[in-house]
Amino acid sequence: MDLLEHQGKALFAAAGLPVPAGRPAGTADEAAAAADELGLPVAVKAQVRTGGRGKAGGIRVCRTRDEVTAAADEILRMSIGGRPVESLLIEQGLAIARESYLAIVLSRHHRGPLLVFAAEGGVDVEQLARTRPQALVTTPVDPLLGLCDYQVRDVVAAASAAAGVADAEATATQLAAAVRGLWRLYEERDATLVEVNPLVVTATGDVVCLDSKVTVDDSALWRQPDLAGLGPAPDERERRAREAGLSYITLDGDIGVIGNGAGLVMSTLDQLAAAGGRAANFCDVGGGASAEAVALALELILSGGGVRALVVNIFGGITRGDRVARGLIQALQATPASAGVPVFVRLEGTAADEGCALLVEAGLANIRLAGGVGELVRLACAAGGGA
Amino acid sequence: MAIVVDAGSRVLVQGITGREGTFHTRRMLAAGTKVVAGTSPGKGGRWVEDVPVFDTVAAAVSATGADTSVVFVPARFARDALLEAADAGLGTVVCITEGIPVRDVTEAAAHLERRGVALIGPNCPGIITPGACSAGIMPAEVFATGGVGVVSRSGTLTYEIVYGLTQAGLGQSTCIGMGGDPVHGLGFVECLEMFAADEQTEAVVLVGEIGGDDEERAAEYIRGGFPKPVVAYLAGFSAPPGKRMGHAGAIVSGGSGTAAAKKQALEEAGVPVAASPAEIAGLVREAGDRAWTDRRRPGSGRRATRGTE
Repeated sequence: MDLLEHQGKALFAAAGLPVPAGRPAGTADEAAAAADELGLPVAVKAQVRTGGRGKAGGIRVCRTRDEVTAAADEILRMSIGGRPVESLLIEQGLAIARESYLAIVLSRHHRGPLLVFAAEGGVDVEQLARTRPQALVTTPVDPLLGLCDYQVRDVVAAASAAAGVADAEATATQLAAAVRGLWRLYEERDATLVEVNPLVVTATGDVVCLDSKVTVDDSALWRQPDLAGLGPAPDERERRAREAGLSYITLDGDIGVIGNGAGLVMSTLDQLAAAGGRAANFCDVGGGASAEAVALALELILSGGGVRALVVNIFGGITRGDRVARGLIQALQATPASAGVPVFVRLEGTAADEGCALLVEAGLANIRLAGGVGELVRLACAAGGGA
Repeated sequence: MAIVVDAGSRVLVQGITGREGTFHTRRMLAAGTKVVAGTSPGKGGRWVEDVPVFDTVAAAVSATGADTSVVFVPARFARDALLEAADAGLGTVVCITEGIPVRDVTEAAAHLERRGVALIGPNCPGIITPGACSAGIMPAEVFATGGVGVVSRSGTLTYEIVYGLTQAGLGQSTCIGMGGDPVHGLGFVECLEMFAADEQTEAVVLVGEIGGDDEERAAEYIRGGFPKPVVAYLAGFSAPPGKRMGHAGAIVSGGSGTAAAKKQALEEAGVPVAASPAEIAGLVREAGDRAWTDRRRPGSGRRATRGTE
């Protein structure tokens, strides 16, 4: 779950990390009031769960109250990277001497957290890693030992080296404290990413976290109850699916897809796409593929509208194909809206023949059996609009 | 021979009295696995089928000589279950549990690594050596004994691929489901190393998906010289960036982890990538034939002759 900047900064502040004085705002009036309180100049910042906001014009430095109102008005109507701007953060302006980058990120490669520091901030770190890896400090943090003092010293030394002169002792101490605070936050709040870009040194030598990017592990929200409600308003269908233990993602095509197993469904989507079809959704009903799960999947897919065909790709492993077939028949009969949509079914694996026989016997006019995934995909594309 | 588990493996089921634990214990037994013990705190002294239940892993190990554990313990308690297994001296721990916090997995994986314990999973279907041992939840009935090693990041898709191999007369040496989480135990490279050394394994099928860099690292390893033919399949070519496709690890983020990049890396390492699961058996046969032909041509390695065929 990605947090908004102001949510992340509230966590930063609670962990003792220095952040600029700021106020969240939901309207242009609230933004102007926040500016009055903080004093001009202020930065008006879009709160949106994606990167690249600065380049997209989502951050404005404003020197007058009118500028604040105008910027707030405009930014609140923006969508950045396909995501709506949810609110604003109004922050006191700072005199910046230097920018750097600091992050702790879950590294799949290292099977644990990785501390990353770049003395040049506000940059594209992925690009820097490719072009000038020597400009980066990257050091894996041992999950059992935690952050070591030498790793903190490495970051402070890299910052001093880049500045050309050793930082004032106070600045170095603040930087070290920021690194430790960020690690504590990462560990205690079950984060998979905590990123400060840029981390700035002000004209007076103070270290301040100018931005925050925090991603919290969805699987750990049960032990972070105060964070659980901070996520974006979910897609209604995705929410209902999650509550029922289905994995469902809304896509923008016209062929509904149901399958058992995430890999199998991904593979089905790929084969549809390769044949020129466009999937309306990703839906994994799980290994068991119970009648209830299939029924909910049907309902969710059809409630989206614009679905011209449905493909059901089931591999019977532990679950027998005949049981899956019974579930499907039950679900189709209980979902009248499915009657007008052709349903192409491919059933393979354990007891698949018995399952196919049941589907034929059921005599549902819109069901058609496919011999393999290739045929399934061809039939669906012909019925959908994509082919 | 096979890898990791064989007919001699003595399996312990952690969480044996739970619904999943009991159900899959029966299936493992039916597949011929030596399930010698189970654990469930506070339920020691009971039996599940003919399997004795103990309160602790240490007690189960000392009474039965179990060497491989399969963990069905709920996500909130899984970290502790993994640590307990490692400290009780088990050699292999297979974690089926889904939805464990990443921090818990990271800590447990680090501890197991230090103890020299092989971890498979979490959020995985387990491992099976057909006809000898099933430690996990794979449907043993679609497998057959043979020479194809399979290592995969997914579950049902793997069963489908294995079913295709079996139907084509290509049995399997060992099949490992490494799991769909971002941090996991054994990966492609570790499994490839073991398959390379395993006499029974003649070819390897690698099943990957979007997210992470496991496939790229496997490609790099194979490019350094792998003695057996490898065929791959990848899922997620059509996945939109930023959307998590079911598995916690299956997500394209910031332009990295795409199926296209993985395909390119594998093909550059000489690994054919099947366009659909149905193509895999054919590619394995072709690769096997080619390797066999190459071996009979004195002085010409597999790699050297590929371009001229």
